[in-house]
Amino acid sequence: MTDLGSLRLKGRVALVSGGLRGIGLACVERFLAEGAEVVLTDLQAPDSEAAASTLARLGQAASYVQANVASEEDWAKVLAAVTERHGKLHILVNNAGIDLTGPVATTSLEGWRRIMSINVDGVFLGTRTFVPLMEASGAEVKGGASIINVSSIMGLVGMSEVSGYNASKGAVRLFTKSIALEFAEKRMPIRANSLHPGFVITPLLQEGFQRWVDKGVAKETQDLVDMMASKTPIGRLADPSELASAVFFLAGSDSSYMTGAELVIDGGWTAQ
Amino acid sequence: MLGANGHWENAVKRLEGKVALVTGGTSGIGAGTVERLCSEGATVIFTGSNQAAADALCAATGARFVKHNVTDAAAWEGLMADILGQHGRLDIAFANAGTESGDGSIEDIGIEGWNNVIGVNLTGVMLTVQHAMRAMAKNPEGPVGSIIVNSSMNAHRAMGNFVAYSVSKSAVIALVKAAAVHSGNRKYQIRVNAVLPGVVETALIVNLINKSGDPVATRAAYEGLSPMGRMAAVGEVAGMVAWLASDEAQFCSGSEFTMDGASTAGMNGV
Repeated sequence: MTDLGSLRLKGRVALVSGGLRGIGLACVERFLAEGAEVVLTDLQAPDSEAAASTLARLGQAASYVQANVASEEDWAKVLAAVTERHGKLHILVNNAGIDLTGPVATTSLEGWRRIMSINVDGVFLGTRTFVPLMEASGAEVKGGASIINVSSIMGLVGMSEVSGYNASKGAVRLFTKSIALEFAEKRMPIRANSLHPGFVITPLLQEGFQRWVDKGVAKETQDLVDMMASKTPIGRLADPSELASAVFFLAGSDSSYMTGAELVIDGGWTAQ
Repeated sequence: MLGANGHWENAVKRLEGKVALVTGGTSGIGAGTVERLCSEGATVIFTGSNQAAADALCAATGARFVKHNVTDAAAWEGLMADILGQHGRLDIAFANAGTESGDGSIEDIGIEGWNNVIGVNLTGVMLTVQHAMRAMAKNPEGPVGSIIVNSSMNAHRAMGNFVAYSVSKSAVIALVKAAAVHSGNRKYQIRVNAVLPGVVETALIVNLINKSGDPVATRAAYEGLSPMGRMAAVGEVAGMVAWLASDEAQFCSGSEFTMDGASTAGMNGV
C-alpha cells in the first residue's frame, strides 16, 4: 500500500519541467493526488493535442507554460506565470531531459551542446530562476522547499556509447551537491537532492530502444525491454509512478534532513 | 503516538497488514522506528535487552518485545519461529542494533573491543538479513519483503577514533548489495537497502554531550558536522525507514539512502 492520496502536499505549489510525459507527468499526477497545485512546462504549444488533452484530464489545480528549459527568456516567462498564479513555489522538479547515443568519435559538437543545454543548462537555469521565490516559500513549510534534480544511474556509472548523456547526468549529480551545501550553509530553507532512476518505461526509453531496433541491434523494442529486465536484479523495468513516489518523498516533510543526497531507484542495477 | 515526534502529518496506514521486525528497538532510532511503523498500521516485533524501556514502548505503541541479542546465532531460529508462528509472515526487517562499545583508534583498539563492535554491527546485521530473507521467502503469496539496514554516514566518512564502527558501517553496505543481488538471482521480490543517517539526536548522543567536559562546545561540534547546523531528529530517520518499508519503494533495492543534512555531500573539513 502506498500513501497515495494522503494530501500531504496540500497548500504547496510544485513546478515540473518536462511535465507532459514520462517521469515528469507521473510526478505531476502524484503531486495533484497529494493536494498540491502544479505548474508544468514542456515544449508543446498549449493548444497542441498532446498538451490540451493532458491538461484537460489533470484539472484545475494544474496549469501549463510552454517553455524550453535551455532558454533564459523562457524561464523568465515561467517565473512570471508562477508568481502571478501562485506567488510561491515549494517544490521544483528539474526533470526535462534528452538522450544521446553513439560512438564518441562520431558525436557532433552540435549534438553534444544540445544535450548539455537541455540536461545541464536546464537544471541550472531552473534552479537559478526559482531560488529567491523558493527561499521565501520554503520558510512557510516544515522541511523547507525542495529541489529535485533528475539525474540517472548514468550519472553514477558509465555506459559504452552514452558519453554525452553520462557527462550531462554526472554534472547534475554534483551541481545538486554544491547547491545543497550552499543553501544549508546559508541556512536557506531549500533542500536539494538528485534522483537516479534506472531503466524506466518512458517515451524517452521507448524512442531510444526504437533507434537501436532501427540500427538492427534487436528485432523489436520489447526484446530490449526484456533484455534490460533480465539484467535488473528486481527482474523488471520501473513504472514512472515508482519514481514519482520517490520524488513525492523528497518533496514532503518526511525527508526534512535529506539534502545533498542521491536517491537511486534502479531495481538493484548499480548494486551488481 | 501519531506524530509524537512532531514530525509527520496526514500519515495514512500505509503499512497495514504488514509484519515488521526491528532489532535494537528499545531506544534511539530503533524505538523511533517502532513508533512510526506502528503508527502506520504495521504489527511490530522489536528486540533488545532493556526490559524496562521495552515495556514502556510496548505500552505506548502496541508493539511486542522479544528479548534477543542479534549476535546470538543460535537464538535466531527461535525468534523467527516465534514471529512466523504468531503472525504467519514477515514483511519488514530493520537491522538497526548497533554499538560502539570497546571501539577506539587503530593504534589503541583491543581485540575484545573490535570483536564486540564487529560482532554486533556486522555479524549481527548479517544474521538479521539472513534470517529475515529466509522468513520472507516463505511468505504465503511468495518471496516478498523489505529489509533495511542501518548503516551510517561514517561508512563514507571514517572516524579516526572509531575504527571498528567505521569499518562495520562500510561493510554492511557491501552486505546489502550482495543480499540484493542474491535476492534478484533467486527471482525474489525481497528488497534490501541501507540507510545512512548523519548524527541523530538520540538519548545516547545527548548523554555523551551532557557527560562531556564542555556540553555546549560538544553539542556545537555535533551540530556542525552537518552544513544545516543541526542534528537529525529520530523521527526524520524513521520516516525514511517507513518509506523504504512501504510499497512506495517497490523498485528500490541494493541502494544507499543517505539522510545526513549534506554532511557527506562536500569536502570534509571545509
